[in-house]
Amino acid sequence: MITLNAKIPEGPLGEKWTRYKAASKLVNPANKKKLDIIVIGTGLSGAGAASSLGELGYNVKVFCYQDSPRRAHSVAAQGGINAAKNYKNDGDNVYRLFYDMIKGGDFRAREANVYRIAEVSNQVIDHYTALGVPFAREYGGTLDTRSFGGVQVSRTFYAKGQTGQQCLLGAYSSLNRQIKAGTVKMFPRRDMLELVVIDGKARGIITRNLITGEIERHSAHAVVLATGGYGTVYYLSTLAVNSNASAAWKAYKKGAAFANPSFVQIHPTSIPQLNEFQSKLTLMSESLRNDGRIWVPRQKGDTRPANDIPEEERDYYLERRYPAFGNLVPRDVASRAAKERCDAGYGVGKTGLAVNLDFRDAIKKQGKKSIENKYGNLFDMYRAITGMNPYEEPMQIYPAGHYTMGGLWVDYELMTTIPGLFAIGESNFSDHGANRLGASSLMQAAGDGYFILPVTISSFLSGEIRIPRIPTDGPEFDEAEKNVRERLEKLLSIKGKQSAASFHRRLGKIMWDYCGMTRNEAGLKKAKDMVRELRSEFWSDLKVTGEGDDLNQQLEKAGRVADFLELAELMITDALNRKESCGAHFREESQTPDGEAMRIDSEYSYVAAWEYNGGDEPILNKEPLKFEFVELKERSYK
Amino acid sequence: MKLRLKIWRQKNAEAKGAFASYDLDGVSPDMSFLEMLDLLNSRLVSESKEPVAFDHDCREGICGSCGMYINGYPHGPVPGLTTCHLSMRYFRDGETITIEPWRAKPFPVIRDLIVDRSAMDKIQVAGGFISVTAGAAPEANSNLVRKHSSDLAFDSAICIGCGACVAACKNASAMLFVSARVSQYALLPQGRPEAKERVRAMVEEMDRQGFGNCSNTGACEAQCPKQIRLFNIARLNREYYKSY
Repeated sequence: MITLNAKIPEGPLGEKWTRYKAASKLVNPANKKKLDIIVIGTGLSGAGAASSLGELGYNVKVFCYQDSPRRAHSVAAQGGINAAKNYKNDGDNVYRLFYDMIKGGDFRAREANVYRIAEVSNQVIDHYTALGVPFAREYGGTLDTRSFGGVQVSRTFYAKGQTGQQCLLGAYSSLNRQIKAGTVKMFPRRDMLELVVIDGKARGIITRNLITGEIERHSAHAVVLATGGYGTVYYLSTLAVNSNASAAWKAYKKGAAFANPSFVQIHPTSIPQLNEFQSKLTLMSESLRNDGRIWVPRQKGDTRPANDIPEEERDYYLERRYPAFGNLVPRDVASRAAKERCDAGYGVGKTGLAVNLDFRDAIKKQGKKSIENKYGNLFDMYRAITGMNPYEEPMQIYPAGHYTMGGLWVDYELMTTIPGLFAIGESNFSDHGANRLGASSLMQAAGDGYFILPVTISSFLSGEIRIPRIPTDGPEFDEAEKNVRERLEKLLSIKGKQSAASFHRRLGKIMWDYCGMTRNEAGLKKAKDMVRELRSEFWSDLKVTGEGDDLNQQLEKAGRVADFLELAELMITDALNRKESCGAHFREESQTPDGEAMRIDSEYSYVAAWEYNGGDEPILNKEPLKFEFVELKERSYK
Repeated sequence: MKLRLKIWRQKNAEAKGAFASYDLDGVSPDMSFLEMLDLLNSRLVSESKEPVAFDHDCREGICGSCGMYINGYPHGPVPGLTTCHLSMRYFRDGETITIEPWRAKPFPVIRDLIVDRSAMDKIQVAGGFISVTAGAAPEANSNLVRKHSSDLAFDSAICIGCGACVAACKNASAMLFVSARVSQYALLPQGRPEAKERVRAMVEEMDRQGFGNCSNTGACEAQCPKQIRLFNIARLNREYYKSY
């Protein structure tokens, strides 16, 4: 068994991070030049970390699978980025941001980590603004904010519906500055296919050059994973279609514990599936819920056009069930409520799997111009995809797989259970508990990358200054490369009948049906068997065309799907183990009489950190969650 | 829908490419253009033929990975859409669709519809940034920025770096791409201290990478999926003159 030591600093909540920084070990500037760091991923966390580490003087090598670091999927985040600036004078502060996240995460996150991310949130906004990120402004020239799902203050900074893109391009620009300065070397179009561990420490990676097929070795004193989430396990999700879990999964199989894998956020407002062959679901920003009202017809199977249904025959079910928060309830609550109405037969649209998001009243009150200013690009996108005009008729939306709160287990220093291996941004588990609040992912990714990891990594690296550059010809690299080659060979040699994409689609359906918005024991057990069967079918009937030593998109896909087929089982195992409902994890067996999630704090107030155990059932390690500063409460939005 | 696809196939940068024709049925008007290509590829794989290689990722019009000529237009005939957002509703049953990779000297073909756009990254590395180290930023509201300037900066900053402007230009000019970034920073007070060095470095790198010059035909603006405006190029020129 591994030991989980979260290394939380002593002292009052508000002083932990300060105390940590005051006591942390530093690396002398002359020694930084001699230390190599590998960063995988170039989203907000990866590009942020790489540029900050470069600025500090380390030698950084950065990898991404896209052709350019500017394409990492942080680019697609729409609504905004939170910070406790209190620019609206509405009583916001670091503690309130912290508390909203702890409550929003349904008391399944670590207090100290959450408080720290709230603390650095203001620095993130300062930094992005200085980098030239064009956040929305007031006429007086100050920054504007808006309120976002699940909170009652206005703390979300935004750049229309493209906040993620603008923050990512800011991160890309700081990365470019370091590439020019020579501290960072960029390796695009690379898949990380193996982690190299030497004497118990992460010391390198094996990559595949996606253009030439070449297998490459890269060594470093530390490895940072900034590889995002695994929501594409559902096949249809709001993620980029090439987003994958492979790097994190390789780390897991080398000994890094995987925490709370079943905690997946289903986003309430995505464009519903339109055809059988669809490859992804497009998100419509949650900010739309600030002005849009969600409703379904009061009458089952009402097929009249939305505009023909009179006011008294509309059921604004979120406003009805949650009068205090109304349409702004957190994502998990909004998603389940939509599913509940559709399952009960009140859904709209061609498939009945959609609800209305209506701007009629907002347009009447604020004018079309004002709505266009706020959401113009989202409305255009919706119209381009569906052919429907949301200025004239309600949008139709439905929940979709979106964000994974689970991820690699990390301690306060963001280090995994493998010394020298760090995980930041969405790839770790630490800050969002069982549910993430809107506009917190950009905040966490940027905070981890720019302001937390660069501090905490030095406590590990300060012990490594005597280690010379790690050679790549040792037996551990030989072994890792051999494993990679054998697996690629195997994928190519099955020569069966079905494509990797077809397996992925089937896996996604199983996960969506049984390990999605709601789960129950019988369904999860069934899903586990189904995933196992599908996996054995994959390894006996997969078809990959082309060769390994060449550009081969089928082979890339096959490797990723192979890993998803294993991760899916771990997600199910975790969901089975946690017999309570909390946040996005809704076990049907554990609900209140009026259908709300019911936590069981006496039994499940812990982080489930799963340890790889060869082919056998994974080992469950528990990190108890201690709440010293907040009182555990029922999470109510009524 | 049933379509005839004429697609450029090319093994690598050195190989001689050629068009290949495919008949594809079962296309639904709800599909996106890339889903239509997915369908073609799944058929090709089932026939043990080499699928068509193309770059794609977010499939929601924001990452800038995808891009190809569709019937001669970068990203296809509908203004303001990337290839991934282009719906098959815009095509007719029985239509022949010609699909080619970006054609521009600085974008060598890697395979089929995939081209090497690293020249665009190199221009950004040359100067597409504001030099501020993490930790050094002043409080965000200490610099007031006129809303109008900030909004204009945003309109330039939304470039997704797809390369359609270069592909649309008869000179393979990257002026719209470069001007978008230069404009974003030129319009913000944060960007002013390095304005001269930035514009010179980016223009110099643009020339070094072999992109052509602007002759004001406006094809780039017409084909830009984010509808970045031509006046950014005027601002780029102004910034460039001012830098000497």
